[in-house]
Amino acid sequence: MKVLTIDALQTIRARAEKSLSLREESNNRVAEGSCGLSTGTTKMQILICGGTGCKASSSHQIAENFKAVLHNHEIEDRVDVITTGCFGFCEKGPIVKIIPDNTFYVQVCPDDVEEIVNEHIIAGRKIDRLLYIDPKTEQTVSDSKHMAFYKKQIRIALRNCGFIDPENIDEYIARGGYLPLAIGLLEKKPFDIIDEIKKSGLRGRGGGGFPTGLKWETAQRQDSKIKYVVCNADEGDPGAFMDRSIMEGDPHSIIEAMIICGYSIGASKGLVYIRAEYPLAIKRLKIAIDQAREYGLLGDAIFGTGFNFDIEIRYGAGAFVCGEETALIHSMEGKRGEPTLKPPFPAESGYLGKPTTVNNVETLANIPIILEKGADWYASIGTERSKGTKVFALAGKINNVGLIEVPMGTTLREVIYDIGGGIKGDKKFKAVQTGGPSGGCLTEKHLDTPIDFDNLLAVGSMMGSGGMIVMDEDDCMVSMARFYLDFTVEESCGKCTPCRIGNKRLLEMLNKITEGNGEEKDLEALSTLGRVVKDTALCGLGQTSPNPVLSTLDNFHDEYIEHVRDKKCRSKHCKALLTYIVNPERCIGCHLCAKHCPSDAIIGTVRKPHVINPERCIKCGMCMARCKFDAISVS
Amino acid sequence: MENKQVTLQIDRHFITVPKGSTILEAAREIGIDIPTLCHINLKGTCIKNNPASCRICVVEVEGRKNLAPACATRCEEGMVVRTSTLRVMNARKVVAELILSDHPNECLTCPKSGDCELQNIALRFNIREMPFNGGELSPRKREVTSSIVRNMDKCIFCRRCETICNDVQTVGALGAIRRGFNTTIAPAFDKMMVESECTYCGQCVAVCPVGALTERDHTNRLVEDLANPNKVVIVQTAPAVRAALGEEFGLPAGTLVTGKMVHALRELGFNYVFDTDFAADLTIMEEGAEILKRLTCYMNGDKSVRLPILTSCCPAWVNFFEYHFPDMLDIPSTARSPQQMFGSIAKTYWAEKMNIPREKLVVVSVMPCLAKKYECDRNEFKTDGNPDVDYSISTRELARLIKRANIGFNLLPDRDFDQPMGASTGAGVIFGTTGGVMEAALRSVYEIYTGTPLLNVNFEQVRGLEGVRRASIDLNGFELKVGIAHGLGNARHLLEDIKNGINEYHVIEIMACPGGCIGGGGQPHHHGNSEVLYARSNALYREDFNKQLRKSHENPYIQKLYEEYLGKPLSEKAEKLLHTHYFNKSID
Repeated sequence: MKVLTIDALQTIRARAEKSLSLREESNNRVAEGSCGLSTGTTKMQILICGGTGCKASSSHQIAENFKAVLHNHEIEDRVDVITTGCFGFCEKGPIVKIIPDNTFYVQVCPDDVEEIVNEHIIAGRKIDRLLYIDPKTEQTVSDSKHMAFYKKQIRIALRNCGFIDPENIDEYIARGGYLPLAIGLLEKKPFDIIDEIKKSGLRGRGGGGFPTGLKWETAQRQDSKIKYVVCNADEGDPGAFMDRSIMEGDPHSIIEAMIICGYSIGASKGLVYIRAEYPLAIKRLKIAIDQAREYGLLGDAIFGTGFNFDIEIRYGAGAFVCGEETALIHSMEGKRGEPTLKPPFPAESGYLGKPTTVNNVETLANIPIILEKGADWYASIGTERSKGTKVFALAGKINNVGLIEVPMGTTLREVIYDIGGGIKGDKKFKAVQTGGPSGGCLTEKHLDTPIDFDNLLAVGSMMGSGGMIVMDEDDCMVSMARFYLDFTVEESCGKCTPCRIGNKRLLEMLNKITEGNGEEKDLEALSTLGRVVKDTALCGLGQTSPNPVLSTLDNFHDEYIEHVRDKKCRSKHCKALLTYIVNPERCIGCHLCAKHCPSDAIIGTVRKPHVINPERCIKCGMCMARCKFDAISVS
Repeated sequence: MENKQVTLQIDRHFITVPKGSTILEAAREIGIDIPTLCHINLKGTCIKNNPASCRICVVEVEGRKNLAPACATRCEEGMVVRTSTLRVMNARKVVAELILSDHPNECLTCPKSGDCELQNIALRFNIREMPFNGGELSPRKREVTSSIVRNMDKCIFCRRCETICNDVQTVGALGAIRRGFNTTIAPAFDKMMVESECTYCGQCVAVCPVGALTERDHTNRLVEDLANPNKVVIVQTAPAVRAALGEEFGLPAGTLVTGKMVHALRELGFNYVFDTDFAADLTIMEEGAEILKRLTCYMNGDKSVRLPILTSCCPAWVNFFEYHFPDMLDIPSTARSPQQMFGSIAKTYWAEKMNIPREKLVVVSVMPCLAKKYECDRNEFKTDGNPDVDYSISTRELARLIKRANIGFNLLPDRDFDQPMGASTGAGVIFGTTGGVMEAALRSVYEIYTGTPLLNVNFEQVRGLEGVRRASIDLNGFELKVGIAHGLGNARHLLEDIKNGINEYHVIEIMACPGGCIGGGGQPHHHGNSEVLYARSNALYREDFNKQLRKSHENPYIQKLYEEYLGKPLSEKAEKLLHTHYFNKSID
């Protein structure tokens, strides 16, 4: 069935709205003490997170079990089982949400299903052990609305994730989806749309922060019959999964945005460049594309206009550098994935030499809602020069690992302590790394910095695509810099000298330091070389790759000095710098340590204090772990 | 493009340049010589490599956060550029030091020493220490083929060879593989060059700024042969050599050193010094006859004959169509290249005449070309395993040998070639430049076909350095349509057209190297200066102009060769000694 008019779209919306309004209303309602069918509720819904993370913990099995158990109880027509996208609170996954009472069960196992159905759905009793416990109050919280993790979040790009069934286009339409497209196509001129995007202040979420409207305008101005719309879904930062979650949870928002972009710039072909290791995102995207084609939202004469647009999926092999737009384009052209100098910008000369807009997934996810609610609404969120919200993948030594979306201008402290729930194990906060492997490390003194594009740059880091990794006192900042540089060295395309050889030499210097062979002059050399690499590298990857080194050199200089001068690693992370000693007052000579030492480094006779031969010690820590008398220490 | 001008400031100078010019181009115009390494732009040809990857040419552009590569950054109105600030000089030096840190310190034994662009950069940047040395070296292969030596640990990843091999020559034998620090240039799947579709055109060697790609050296072998009293060692010199050899001795490009070269070869101890130009005249006799024969058959409606006829003097071009167009092996002329015709005649006609047994005779060629080395090795050019041409040395190798033998080249008085195979016409001389074979053929074909003497032997319309050129020649009412292509990429376009049934030509001359043999892979390095190619080409036309005889069929020694030995062109004996056949070498 083709959807050709706004009315037809509204009909679908009305049809699907019923099941959705149940969710929408319950979202606003505080969960009642009682729940379940016994309270007279006629219709219930079970939402199960179907994101990659929860799926890895068998959430698909949970869904299957629910269906089977509901069937056995013959109540499947009263209780819908819906697989959604990511809820964001990955730390506590798999997540199961029961509608309409809005109960939020965490860390659910497939074996819990029987109990949930019997107790919650049928008997109307919440299962306490599956509820979230607030670590501060130690009280159970039964709905997400009252969880600190969600309180400060504003979900715009993630508006449908964890809410709708991503494999059902009607649910997307019921949320107002494809209406901005319809209105745009039928009632607006391309430049009106571009103006709206420009006015909204939306900037690219892939890392660069380039104004999206300006990019579209440049492409629109090019005199070319053939143009391309590219969605950059080559999310490459280690630990980042913002784009993946959006594609898994709300694929239609990307498709709609690409069609809108196509109409705005005058392109009839869209390409999604996605890494092949995102199978679930690919699957959901394919389903969504098929559904959109079926409704005539992709294809020829969309909404009965003369505008044609279709989308093709292209797979990337997972090279980090292919997230850089010129490298991405070369990869799609079948060439070696390496960047070229800009200008010319892809918006002038991109895929196959034609004007091409390359927008990141999260950027695109914002487009339909900006058109729906207006540029002024969007621009009212955020800071002076960074509008709207930003999705972050919160990871590292933090209590609430997960996917969050906050307004620009939220401070790092709010993100880490309020949303993130503070540092794991009540350890001391040391640093937060933003911007992925090429971002910088920020410290305690930066915690009250409002997060936006310009502020992060000003303090020596960057927004990047939204990775945020929290480190505590146990993390060695030299090793951390080494780790990230190892990544960029691995992922460098090798085209330009500074990135190919410069980063390798930086890594060698850091290896030397962490292996205990560093000298004070190495720190000077690190800094000089790092700055030249930044200044001379060809693309964004090379220009930012020394950031972890330079920012830790600035912010944790004393730690570097300790490594090279005192040959000490305060976090006890750099093995080569550790010394294991037996305290002769405590050692009773049980010989247990010597027995377990893999390198025969411990000498001593029974019932006499032992000693460790530092020449032979390989610093594995086995002796310390085995000692029952706390006689072995490391420094 | 719009014909707009932009004005910018570079250091203390203001300059107005056409929009689209790079900072590098603008700076060079006012004498500011920004150093480059990966960049090469052989103006007037299709050779251009501009990846902006080495970062040696970085400059400061006011308002930009990072340094910009001058080679690829376009000039903008009001731009302020600084090319030699402390920041720029330090950055360039660090970049150069980084390159050196992944480059073996083998300058003393490197064949490129003294002619190496990286060495020049190190000198120019006053690098006296190697602060980054001692680190890991990227793992790379070495390979010795019959023509080219690949020593990839010296590769600085400028990508010039890759661009030449893929974009200019469309051969696709060399490309970047792996990534990051492990990146290297190699045939696909890191195979060896001998397993690839490499045509041995040697253009990768011609543009390599360092010693990563060099020629297979035969000078040591030659020195031993020359010292061997049991051997008669004779030499043939290709036309393009005399127009370039002088550059190796500091003479301006385009200086003709024919007489000095002959003298030097005698000094080296060759028993006889002959000229490949003689064989070029012979080639015209055979190829010309073949053209006329095929044309006549074609016009008489013989469906078994295909047109156009393609020249076959260039061994890289022969390799190219054997690899890439195996279904068109019947189109090229069957005439052997002048080098092989010479070898064949030397080891039969001349050896018999001189009563020298084949195994005692060593035929050496001096060529501007590296594919000629491979050609010597082809089995079809051997008799009982003994090659017609024993081996070929390049112009560069000859220069090295002359220097090694203490010969003061620039002071040598001129000497003449030996006879009979030292005699040539102007037609033979111009074989060394693109369009030359065609012009030589036209001079003879015209007179033989029309039976009337040619008043003006200069076919200006086939000269020049444009990639593909076409001309129509009136042969007494018959309009002969000829085409000329140099560079294998241009050849590919023509061949694909022919394959698709689009053909306007009767005869096409093809040379693999841009510029023809004057731009061959064995010539002194042009280092990106196309003026060198023009000067060499002009030198050959000058030599042609000054020759008494300018048509191959008028060469008296060629006439004598036919009288005494071959009979007439395309005779059975000529077919056996001077013609060849081709092989299907396609790789899947």
